[in-house]
Amino acid sequence: MTRYAVQRLLVTIPTIFAVTILVFLMLQLVPGDPAEIFLGEHQSSPELLEQVRHDMGLDRPLHIQYLSYVWNALRGDLGNSLFNNQPVAGQILDALPSTLELSLTSMAISTLLGVSLGILAALKHNTWVDSLSMGLALVGVSMPVFWLGLLMIFFFSVRLKWFPPMGHGDLKRLVLPAFALGLLSSATLARLVRSSMLEVMNEDYVRTARAKGLSEKRVIIRHALRNALIPAVTVLGLQFGRLLSGAVLTETIFARLGLGRMYVESILNKDITLIQGLTLMLAISIMVSNILVDISYAVLDPRIRYE
Amino acid sequence: MSETTKPPQTVHSAVSWGQKEERARSLWADALRRLTGNPGSMTGAAILLLLILAAIFAPHVTRFDPFEIVAAERLQSPSAKYWFGTDSFGRDIYTRLVFGSRISLRMGIVSVAIAVLMGVTSGLVAGYYGGRLDNLIMRLIDITLAFPGILLALVVIAILGPSLFNAMVAVGISAAPTYARVTRGMVLKTKEEVFVESAIAIGCRPFRIILRHVLPNILGPIVVVATLGVAGAIISGAALSFLGLGATPPTPEWGLILSSGRNYLRHAWWITTFPGVAIMVTVLSINLLGDGLRDALDPHMKR
Repeated sequence: MTRYAVQRLLVTIPTIFAVTILVFLMLQLVPGDPAEIFLGEHQSSPELLEQVRHDMGLDRPLHIQYLSYVWNALRGDLGNSLFNNQPVAGQILDALPSTLELSLTSMAISTLLGVSLGILAALKHNTWVDSLSMGLALVGVSMPVFWLGLLMIFFFSVRLKWFPPMGHGDLKRLVLPAFALGLLSSATLARLVRSSMLEVMNEDYVRTARAKGLSEKRVIIRHALRNALIPAVTVLGLQFGRLLSGAVLTETIFARLGLGRMYVESILNKDITLIQGLTLMLAISIMVSNILVDISYAVLDPRIRYE
Repeated sequence: MSETTKPPQTVHSAVSWGQKEERARSLWADALRRLTGNPGSMTGAAILLLLILAAIFAPHVTRFDPFEIVAAERLQSPSAKYWFGTDSFGRDIYTRLVFGSRISLRMGIVSVAIAVLMGVTSGLVAGYYGGRLDNLIMRLIDITLAFPGILLALVVIAILGPSLFNAMVAVGISAAPTYARVTRGMVLKTKEEVFVESAIAIGCRPFRIILRHVLPNILGPIVVVATLGVAGAIISGAALSFLGLGATPPTPEWGLILSSGRNYLRHAWWITTFPGVAIMVTVLSINLLGDGLRDALDPHMKR
């Protein structure tokens, strides 16, 4: 087990390395001169531009710039925003709790709803319950999250006035965005759990369990469910990344000050240093969650071994 | 209860060999028969066809100009004159949605084409040649796993800058790894088949083997993934425009129209409702078709 975990970690190192290179190169790939973006509307004389370039270290050789970017990043310094000159790391840390709160809550909603809907549909296979829940899931898969969010604001805030439409802070403001995000990803999960459950119910060990006279409830809980949920765990882990990415839209709609909305704004502002910091931060947290999923996958299913 | 899958019609066609109407059907003809027998996917296909026709004949099925600003007619609720109401510039929403279907369909097709071109090619190469090239491509795909959902598209947009075309490119690039993985997996399986071995034995060049022997055998799943991919690309494209990172005003793009209605939620529900319905109906119909295709092309799958 430990061996698997260590191997899995080692495999990730080159990927992290590659991601840092990609993030570093973004500064070079983005059209336009960072120094000019920084100076913005100000009258930028060639001398001033040269001065800013020097201050930003842009006149050094590329590999030196890269090494210093990584070294600074390791010490928690991601540079200053080109837009408001505030430290990027600080801005990210300020927005992080809001995004974590949103993605973890919606993950709980989507898991609870998706898994139970999927199991229900599989157990009631080929009945109206199955058709109804799969119909709902198909609608959920086809619905854009930004539209669902707006519909929820319209019904629950504008019409019913149950929840405040925007902003963040208290629990009441979390309900709508978390449900908007969670409902839709529960649809994917429900479809997956259903097909995985259907597959497992046809396995020999389920037949054996029935044959030896176990109650149907026990067969399902002890034998079928445990196996059927293994693929769901992987998807759950991938869901975390998807929810983080979905936060881009939900945070924009519900005007929450999170990483997702910050990302969109940084692109619109051409705030390259902030884009870099956010990309790095999101990529690394998603990679960490992918590793955790893989390891938990191996714990759940002893058949899995690293090749 | 054991479920053995019977090879379809083999006995039948062997008996009546030579009779035209009873001839063994090809895989694709068989799949088409299963597809047309699936009410869900036929509904999807019908809606999709309607949308394509609307996109082609947009000026003929609408009565207004999608761009003309009529201040006196702003924020009109749906009526006989304006079926879906008007927006804050007095433009007919129905007209704009019909014209918008051109953009969304193009969005779906162009980005999937980019994704297929990049993904399938690298998947074929990685799967067939293996070795270092395979390793390199797989590592590149590993990197993209760190950017799920719309994030990879955002990274590309951040580099290329926001525009409708760049949104298509970004969505295409972000979908490419999926195609590469699917293709590679199937190539690895197909490579072990006897017909590939025989092709190698009679001295076929790798290029010919890939194109003539491997690709046709893995086309089915790629078609399924690509069909469902069009649906995903339409949602992602609309999402990017909604965020202000794709189409720019006054383009009648669905996500953009939706976004423009955000400030009028209280007074003009129709501006956000109808584009949302348009996106959902389009995506739903493509998903229905894709699900049907998957079932039709994979006869072993039990429902």
